[in-house]
Amino acid sequence: MSEDIYIVGINMIDFGRYQHRTPAQLGAQAALAALDEADITIGDVQAVFSGSNYTTMIGQRVLQQIGQTGVQIINLVNACSTGASAVRMAYTAIKAGEFDTLLCVGVEQMTGLGMLGGATPGSIPTEGILGSATMPAVFGESGVEYMARTGATQGDFAQVAVKNHHHATMNPKAFLRKETPLDMVLEAETIAWPLTKLMCSVNVDGAAAAVVMSGEKVRQRGLMDRAIRIRGSAMASAPWQERDPIMHDVNGPTRLAAQKAYAMAEVEPTDIDLVELHDCFASVELQHYENLALCGEGEGVALIRDGSTELGGRIPVNVSGGLLSKGHPIAATGIANMYEIALHLRGQAGERQVEGARIGMTHVVGLGTSAAVHILEKA
Amino acid sequence: MSTAPDSPRPAFAFIAFDAAGQPHLKAQRCTSCGATYADSERIACGRCGGRANVLEAFTPAREGTLHSAVIVRRGFPGIEVPFVSAVVDLDGGPTLKGTLRNVGLDPADIAPGLRVQVRFDDALGRRDKEGNAYVAHYFEPLSA
Repeated sequence: MSEDIYIVGINMIDFGRYQHRTPAQLGAQAALAALDEADITIGDVQAVFSGSNYTTMIGQRVLQQIGQTGVQIINLVNACSTGASAVRMAYTAIKAGEFDTLLCVGVEQMTGLGMLGGATPGSIPTEGILGSATMPAVFGESGVEYMARTGATQGDFAQVAVKNHHHATMNPKAFLRKETPLDMVLEAETIAWPLTKLMCSVNVDGAAAAVVMSGEKVRQRGLMDRAIRIRGSAMASAPWQERDPIMHDVNGPTRLAAQKAYAMAEVEPTDIDLVELHDCFASVELQHYENLALCGEGEGVALIRDGSTELGGRIPVNVSGGLLSKGHPIAATGIANMYEIALHLRGQAGERQVEGARIGMTHVVGLGTSAAVHILEKA
Repeated sequence: MSTAPDSPRPAFAFIAFDAAGQPHLKAQRCTSCGATYADSERIACGRCGGRANVLEAFTPAREGTLHSAVIVRRGFPGIEVPFVSAVVDLDGGPTLKGTLRNVGLDPADIAPGLRVQVRFDDALGRRDKEGNAYVAHYFEPLSA
């Protein structure tokens, strides 16, 4: 039962605006690219784990585009962890021994959705009475909590946006590819202080897909040259905490998932060469440095200030540009993060390549709450 | 023939009216582990799993400490901004979310640790389809 499990094909479409295409078409494009990379056809896929938060039955819609083979399809809705959940499900399904070749796909079409947040069902609108349920406000409140605990400043949060936007200038698949100097970030429109517009991820359309395979199948098909070993795969929900869910806790579940993933992978945080983490808002990247044990408690601020998490630093974070730059098509994001890590582990990341990358970590966390952490290694 | 709207209703499940029509907060506490909830209809404790028999209703304090707050300057369409969105730990629990008013809009005015009190007021003039008014809670600085 301890046989390794691998990603042998993974891809994402350029994130952006696709008003005239359907979610199924976007998902189909990502799925075909992943299948091609794995050198298999849809006829080789034994089952599909797919996800979308805004389109129902997305897996069936995608297979209607690329091949209705009649296989089992399970659709997932797990907020921002949806794509990573699909890979996690594929991992456990292969582990269980029933399948050896699975397709995962995450798709989201978000153009025109506007600012996200829970509109509380009820007799009257509660926004402005019950504080704010917008995502910038919710994550801003979590960021202010972090500021009070660590001494982080709005400038530290802004520096995360400067860094990730800079990284994105080297990523042709990112939506926002321009330098944003510190003063530009700080002077951008305030959405919910301390977060300005350039410290918030963008709603875009996107899709990403992965082919997950058992080790035996990878060897049989001769795909080890491109295989990415899934060394750790773990998810967690929010453990009880006095303020959750009145104030959603994105820290606790991330910590739980990270601890499980490190234990499963039998690696230490110092073994990780690069990280793609869930920077839906600039502030939370610093929180996740600590949640993912990339540094000690309260040391996240130092990591951004001393450049440790820039490309070329000790532990580069979000060299893809992150959600802040790529855009954040909710269900596609988790697999897109893995795509970035796979590029680096294969030495195919071009000018943003993290030299000598052997082990990478991906992280997503969706409010409600669900966190997923994967540790990937070049086979 | 339209019927006259009833008297104001609580905007949230954690607000209730006493016999004299005065609003107050209501909450639940787990007598087994001490967890508190801004709720009145729980059938189990989310912390220890204790069942309804260990949950008791209580009236929380109207004073508390600001845990975190942000200044909302862009909201959903039709929602007036700016306003301050706040998370407050009531003394003795539970934690409540709400709008902090009667404060300045400088970050220093909404620093965590600020002592606040709960006030009840009309829910910004909003009415439901039948024209009923609602009463909501607001946080205000304790010194105000």
